[in-house]
Amino acid sequence: MAAVSPLLETRGLARAFGGLRAVDGVDFALPEGETHAIIGPNGAGKTTFVSLICGRVAPTEGRVVFDGQDISQMPAHKRVRAGIAYTFQITSVFANLTAFDNVALAVQRQLIDDHARGLSARALTEHGMDALEKVGLAEHAQKVAGNLSYGHQRLLEVAMGLALRPRLLILDEPTQGLSDSEIENFIALVRQIGEEATVLLIEHNMDVVMALAERITVMEQGRILAQGAPAEIRANQAVQQAYLGG
Amino acid sequence: MTRLTPSAKTIALHVGVVLLLLALNFLLPEYHRGVFARVLVLAVFAMGYNLAFGYTGLLSLGHAMFFAAGLYGAGLTIYHLEWSVWPAFGTGLAAGAALALVVGFLALRTTGVAFMIVTLMFAQVFYLMTLYFTTYTRGEEGLVLPQASRVLEFPGGALDLSDPSTRYLVALSLFTLVLGAILFLVRAPYGRSLIAIRENEERMRMLGYDVFANKLMSMVLSGIFCAASGAAYAVLFGYVGSGFAAIQYSILPLLWVLVGGAATTLGPLIGTLFMFYVIDTASSYTTAHLLVVGLVLIGVILFFPKGITGTVRERWLPWLP
Repeated sequence: MAAVSPLLETRGLARAFGGLRAVDGVDFALPEGETHAIIGPNGAGKTTFVSLICGRVAPTEGRVVFDGQDISQMPAHKRVRAGIAYTFQITSVFANLTAFDNVALAVQRQLIDDHARGLSARALTEHGMDALEKVGLAEHAQKVAGNLSYGHQRLLEVAMGLALRPRLLILDEPTQGLSDSEIENFIALVRQIGEEATVLLIEHNMDVVMALAERITVMEQGRILAQGAPAEIRANQAVQQAYLGG
Repeated sequence: MTRLTPSAKTIALHVGVVLLLLALNFLLPEYHRGVFARVLVLAVFAMGYNLAFGYTGLLSLGHAMFFAAGLYGAGLTIYHLEWSVWPAFGTGLAAGAALALVVGFLALRTTGVAFMIVTLMFAQVFYLMTLYFTTYTRGEEGLVLPQASRVLEFPGGALDLSDPSTRYLVALSLFTLVLGAILFLVRAPYGRSLIAIRENEERMRMLGYDVFANKLMSMVLSGIFCAASGAAYAVLFGYVGSGFAAIQYSILPLLWVLVGGAATTLGPLIGTLFMFYVIDTASSYTTAHLLVVGLVLIGVILFFPKGITGTVRERWLPWLP
């Protein structure tokens, strides 16, 4: 059983808030290159689980291993530099800055890491516009982010994640509040991202999940209820009862 | 497009302001030239405060300690050790930097109201120490630096800092230097990071920034600028006293920056100048000048909620840095 070691692995990962075990001993493995969806009813612990992975929340028990390295104790900003990018469930772009400046913040961090002092204006512009181009916001580069439509703000959020050039991109309910046509574009975008990076997606919209995910994890009450390919999950009795509503 | 380098307009404006201030040295009557020299030095204090408060969002109520660290660092070495101006000034800067590093390291573990209280407490400790070591500082009464010690030596000559014109020009030089440094800083990627930390700290962390380190750096730079102002005040005006370490001098830069416009490069100068003349004019008419000052402040907040420069930027000149 000498499988290739996964990009991300959690072992017995748990987080309690007071008496509530929001995440309760989760063993999870994510191979490199996969697009993986986490679904489950509200309060199942999905957001807490990915927050443990990206370091926004500290675990009460268990370990997180990324690319063979135990990162359980690593502060969030270092995990980002190690290649884990997180896009927020509640849109949190910098509303007073332009769309370009938003992305530039992600890019300049990346460039500073790459070559200690060689942060050129040209490279910053190129990389920033490149990320905006990918999500289709290039023409809005100089608009103040707070004045963009909600759908565009969500895209900007993703562009900031992309600009970090992550190995693992975590998208927390990215299609929430988007219109049907926007969702269609979004699916195409994530598919494109999935070709270069590993994607971990929390999503309520089952059409999006079925269209994108290679594998699905179903969470309930802080635990993994089921895991498998979309077809298996669709056929799973327990999942249907707990989540898909029979 | 990237705004990494200031636009020609921005540079022209700042050079224009400096040239205007230079011309004022030759145009202003003696009394007002003295006021302006003081304002220029204190505007440096306000600019330093603005870096922490306006740009990084760190509402400190203890910046008097950084100003006073510079003031005493320069003043005590001149008075007791008979050092010349350059090394004394350097000591002031070093004292401000070291103090900001230590206080920042401890106080930045808190945010919001707790940060205000912690910085206030540290500043009170500093103030009480200047009283406690009254043998060296002479407390409230303070020390007057002998005129002979206030000479700026150059390889090719020396400048007497008690001469009004020299004093004005040295104050203007320091002001110009710090204004240029701040303009460069806030337009550089580092400045963008600071503003973004002010706007949304959590988001910055998730973009891979070490928020604590960036804030600490901002505190230290702010501390150095404030100390530069304090050290310059000591050598230019020849007086060092505990009053400058008191709470009043922590509140003043906050007022100057709020009135002039937080997170603007020229706001601190305008705020300092404005407040100085409001107090000056009011106190020549009535002993209740603080009442007038209060009313003027209320007026400014009502009609210029983002400060004078901030409101001008918002309404008319969006390119203003």
